[in-house]
Amino acid sequence: MSAPASAYAGTGRLIRLALRRDRVQLPVWIVAAVVLAAAGAAAVADEFPDEAGRVTALRGAGSSPAVLLMRGTPVGTDLGALVNFRNLISLLVLAALMSTFAMVRHTRQNEETGRAEMVGAGSVGRHAGLTSALVVVAGADVLLGAALAGTLLGAGMPLDGSLAFGAACAATGLAFAGAAALTAQLFQSSRAANAAAATAVGVDFLVRGVGDALGERAADGIRVIGAWPSWVSPIGWGTHVRPFGEEAWWVLALPLALLAACTAAAFALVDRRDFGAGLIPDRPGPESGSRALLSPIGLAWRLNRGATLGWVAGGALAGAGIGTLGPAVDEAAIGNTGVADLLDQLAGGGGAPLVNTLYAAMMNVFGVLAAGFVVQALLRLRSEEAGGHAEAVLATAVGRVRWVIAHLACAAGGAAALLVAAGAGMGLADAAVGGGTGVGPLVGAGLAQLPAALALAGFVVLVYGTLPRLTVPLAWAGLVASIAFGLLGDVFGLPQAVRDLSPFSHVPALPAAEMTAGPLVALAAVAAALAAAGLALFRRRDLSL
Amino acid sequence: MTDAIAVSGLIKTFGTTRALNGLDLTVRTGEVHGFLGPNGAGKTTTIRVLLGLLRAEAGQVRLLGGDPWREAVRLHRRLAYVPGDVSLWPNLTGGEAVDLLGDLRGGLDGTRRAELLERFRLDPAKRCRTYSKGNRQKVALVAAFASEVELFILDEPTSGLDPLMEAAFQQTVREVSARGATVLLSSHIFSEVEALCSTVSIIRDGVTVESGTLAGLRHLTRTSVTVEAVEPIIGLAALPGVHDLLDEGARARFDVDSERLPEVLRHLAGFEVRSLTSRPPTLEELFMRHYGDAVMEEASR
Ligand SMILES: Nc1ncnc2c1ncn2[C@@H]1O[C@H](COP(=O)(O)OP(=O)(O)OP(=O)(O)O)[C@@H](O)[C@H]1O
Ligand SMILES: [Mg+2]
Repeated sequence: MSAPASAYAGTGRLIRLALRRDRVQLPVWIVAAVVLAAAGAAAVADEFPDEAGRVTALRGAGSSPAVLLMRGTPVGTDLGALVNFRNLISLLVLAALMSTFAMVRHTRQNEETGRAEMVGAGSVGRHAGLTSALVVVAGADVLLGAALAGTLLGAGMPLDGSLAFGAACAATGLAFAGAAALTAQLFQSSRAANAAAATAVGVDFLVRGVGDALGERAADGIRVIGAWPSWVSPIGWGTHVRPFGEEAWWVLALPLALLAACTAAAFALVDRRDFGAGLIPDRPGPESGSRALLSPIGLAWRLNRGATLGWVAGGALAGAGIGTLGPAVDEAAIGNTGVADLLDQLAGGGGAPLVNTLYAAMMNVFGVLAAGFVVQALLRLRSEEAGGHAEAVLATAVGRVRWVIAHLACAAGGAAALLVAAGAGMGLADAAVGGGTGVGPLVGAGLAQLPAALALAGFVVLVYGTLPRLTVPLAWAGLVASIAFGLLGDVFGLPQAVRDLSPFSHVPALPAAEMTAGPLVALAAVAAALAAAGLALFRRRDLSL
Repeated sequence: MTDAIAVSGLIKTFGTTRALNGLDLTVRTGEVHGFLGPNGAGKTTTIRVLLGLLRAEAGQVRLLGGDPWREAVRLHRRLAYVPGDVSLWPNLTGGEAVDLLGDLRGGLDGTRRAELLERFRLDPAKRCRTYSKGNRQKVALVAAFASEVELFILDEPTSGLDPLMEAAFQQTVREVSARGATVLLSSHIFSEVEALCSTVSIIRDGVTVESGTLAGLRHLTRTSVTVEAVEPIIGLAALPGVHDLLDEGARARFDVDSERLPEVLRHLAGFEVRSLTSRPPTLEELFMRHYGDAVMEEASR
């Protein structure tokens, strides 16, 4: 880079400013990671004190593609290796998300809200904003890695494994910090930049999952080596470091190289674009509103359009990617009746084809994505209110209920479209490579996930009607708790009553299991009741700016 | 005819801050009513209660003969609102925002819209995120004034407008007033209120301290007088109702309570007066008297 030194003037001041803004947020992420790791280490030591128990558990778990997809690949049989199997993937995702959001917060969001403009008018160089954000986020990642390594070491795990574990998380975080630095330059709104970077995390998780699900089992029947898709994924790189297995330190170079490449590209973009602008300049738009825009639902759709189309296209592509794997999974299981039996058991003993177990597990992931989509779409309600747009709309002849329902309809419709697209993509790709599951059953399996997403929608509306200022954290907490209770309940060893609190616990594992309408109807009823209560409360409360 | 806005004893608290503390406000149908008060006095809060966005804790609130909280949708068809801090959807164009807000209210007059866009020199094809503060304000003004409604609620509508646009705004208010519409205008710009409003309410700390016609308010207060005579003017200080006397011998400047003015003039007739100017208080002086008192009280505490 040939920028003059003055381009970096004021970086130190901006770093202090960013640290001040983040004095709560970043520590919370890091503490959450430490708690997760400490709990994992304690649980493993508690539940599997002897090697024989660990071997049995890993044999069982490692033989299911669905488990490998969610959990990553086993690297060995000692305690640390089991912590790796239980917690590494979640911590890699956590590091990725922490870095993504922090990066966007300190670059594009500053610019968008005009904060950076106020600062930039002072004696602050052109590169100072991005540099300070990189320093802060990289610092947080390194701190996160060190804290994790220290925690595991403190729990009595071996030194090199603990270091590799921390380093893998830090390096994955750094890779995503780079990716987010780039999307923050490309997109004009922080919402779009966040969405793009978070989508990258999600897609990356899936790609790695597919690679691990197709992984090759070592001769000992326990270790699994992820297949090639996990090598194109930064989260996959984290797992390929294999902490507490045979550590492959050189793999850490891959995320660092990605960070370097993305950073160079981001600085190049900073030099080329105007302040506040994205890569695509604003062109004049229509001089008058089309009929389609001029209603509460028209406006809600317009606000959600970009995100919805992106999610639906992503769902179709990811579904298609998984569909092409079907026959390969079936082949992998031939000749290994033990695996087939186990999977059959997982699928509810219905004698379902092996491939359907994989599809059912994937549908769970799409169910979570659909719920995430619904949550972010409904959080529009809050950002519209806090941003003053709701005031303008509700001062017209649009009632509060009609306004919320317009946003609910967009969120629910978008989630349904996402699930149909994922199911259709999976079914079509499966048929194209000679599978026999069929488009209809997979679209049905997708739609079966919708009531769970709607239950979360109901929860968000309820929170919004009651505690407007806490809507954003509570809504995400609801999603995280639902995932933790429902999908990871077994990892945490939660009692069934707690797991049942999650809507995801009640979704039939289609197409592997039998369709049961009861739970779905119940979820829909819960969704309707929560939303109705939320609406009633929203009608009674003050608008809160 | 019923009053367009009738508020009495309105109370609204946010946590421990009492924003409105028994506020009264009456706006008769067809009048242009100025709504004045220092920062944080409660103007925006009052307006949000009138729009049913905030709920009144106590007191009576009637808007166009209805209850703004319970009949919000029905009443909103008959009014247009320009918020003090206009925030628009960044990826909509100005024209789309005008049409959207107008349509949600129940429809726009197309020719009026075109006329106002022209008058306010607003390019409707630009994305809202690219508008300057003044231009965002204009979008809200065009959306409001292009509607055929009977009540306009304007919260500092001209903050950020240049003097040319200020004139366009005043012209527009006169037009809607001429066709019989009622206007509630919250503003910090005294010249604007003096030019447009027949009646004003001044509020402070959530209570109404002064309300009535501008002429009536002036009458209640003091007139500034400057007088110059051939010989020294004596005896002014002893007259009742004379304040802030600046005695320079043959020249004197003072304020006098408006109802004492005749006595003072009779006294001055005894001198050989060369020149005499008397000026009614400006709205600013009226306002400063109420606001200034509070500042003094606070300082002396
Ligand atoms: N949502 C809120 N939460 C807490 N306090 C509030 C809220 N809204 C207003 N207030 C407080 O209520 C008081 C009145 O505020 P308001 O916005 O009505 O004043 P204003 O007369 O419009 O002032 P300005 O001339 O600055 O626009 C202020 O003290 C303000 O801080
Ligand atoms: Mg105000």
